[in-house]
Amino acid sequence: MAEKSILRINHLTKHYGDVKAVDDISIAVAPGEIVGLLGPNGAGKTTTINMILGILRPTGGSIEILGKDIRDHRSEISAKINFAAVYAHLPANLTVWQNLYVFGLLYGQKNLKEKIAHLLKDFGLQGFADIKTGLLSSGEISLLNLAKAVINDPCLLLLDEPTASLDPSVAQIIREKTKSYASDTGAAILWTSHNMSEIEAVCGRVLFLSHGKILLSGNPRTLPAHHGKKNLEELFIAVAREPLLLEKIL
Amino acid sequence: MSISRIKAIYFRQLFLFKSNPTRLSGIFLWLIIDIVQWGFISRYLGSLGKDTFSFITVILGAIILWEFATRIQQGIAMAFLEDIWTQNFLNFFASPLTIREYLGGLVLTSITTGTAGFGAIAAIAGMIFGYNILKIGLLILPFMFILLIFAIAMGIFVSAMVFRLGPSAEWLGWPIPFVISIFAGVYYPVSTLPGSLRSISALIPASYVFESLRSILSSGISADKLVLDLLIGTALAILYLIAASFYFIRVYRRNLITGSIAKFNAEAL
Repeated sequence: MAEKSILRINHLTKHYGDVKAVDDISIAVAPGEIVGLLGPNGAGKTTTINMILGILRPTGGSIEILGKDIRDHRSEISAKINFAAVYAHLPANLTVWQNLYVFGLLYGQKNLKEKIAHLLKDFGLQGFADIKTGLLSSGEISLLNLAKAVINDPCLLLLDEPTASLDPSVAQIIREKTKSYASDTGAAILWTSHNMSEIEAVCGRVLFLSHGKILLSGNPRTLPAHHGKKNLEELFIAVAREPLLLEKIL
Repeated sequence: MSISRIKAIYFRQLFLFKSNPTRLSGIFLWLIIDIVQWGFISRYLGSLGKDTFSFITVILGAIILWEFATRIQQGIAMAFLEDIWTQNFLNFFASPLTIREYLGGLVLTSITTGTAGFGAIAAIAGMIFGYNILKIGLLILPFMFILLIFAIAMGIFVSAMVFRLGPSAEWLGWPIPFVISIFAGVYYPVSTLPGSLRSISALIPASYVFESLRSILSSGISADKLVLDLLIGTALAILYLIAASFYFIRVYRRNLITGSIAKFNAEAL
């Protein structure tokens, strides 16, 4: 897998003074693979994603995307990846169309107006094209965030809690669109969520982070049984509440 | 540098005016109020001084040029603050956008709004007070060039300060043009200032513009002195632009290490 990885992280660390937010993690994600990055709040998931996006400089280690180190090729790599996160706001005072136009320009998208028309149709947002983003419901905003996230046909998609606080119907649409995007394009996807049934439904592999370290990794459907837990949620709770104990057992 | 990405930042700002035309008042309304007010003050002062000195010619010309510089500076700061208020840095800087392209987009936006405002007040000064901004001929161009570069430097510096100290630092940024105007000789000759303050004026590019403008319109100025003033003003303005850009980029790099770009919003810092 290492040879074909879209994303390869080696011994990545991020320290804030004495605090180790991310502590020597290594991850490889293959084309078409959806990997769940799990862990309690403050485990280092978002810090890891921010470093992959190039908006946070690591203390040590390396991040390679398509074989190129992000430190040396940030602009080139950023054009090939994208992200959506519940906390990353698109300008609320621009319309849906204007937001897609601005981000299409930022990502150097050709035939932009046709691309926007296609995205609006694909994500069911045609009726909202001229509506200001701040007036959309949280479900519509999430769909717009995802539309923005695929505007450059990224080979690596980072989704940080993309379905947080959404109703089950919209959450399912987002899950299905993400899965079909990965299978249709061969893009690699890194997905964080606190919804364990969603992770089981979407991800082929999960990585459990705690205190900046990867404690566990494996198939979300078989991993709980390997560690004596009934399901992924129980395993998550064990990692969140007793990470040190789990570390010793491992 | 990508033209497409600079265009993105530029369009992001222009769309705001399209979506909400009341924002145009920020470009035109205060400028028009200022110029009308100063026009009548100049007319009144002119009536006191009879025909010995044309207050309208000297003061109104300086006011129009200073308003141009102020609007360029505020245009950059406002465009930058807009991205803070809408918590937009994460999406922008996670894209291929470079910090130089981002600054380029902000500068282009401010030149557009500043020039539009300048055109409006120059026209109003002509219509209401009979003032011709082209009275000094093509010399207006080097004067405007110096003020433009200096204003861009001020705008970038204020933005960098906010980027470094947090959004509430905008309140340190707004008074800067007013403080500089004290030393720049906008409303009165630099010789009016006490000797110790005149040395500060010598470091401000705008002071060379306004001193030259006043000399041309009143007592006259030798070609050699004019050229020297223009060269010093230009050199200082470029120096400040380089220093401000360097400072902004340095703050951006620091924020990449501290992680504040991802969390930069009105409440976080």
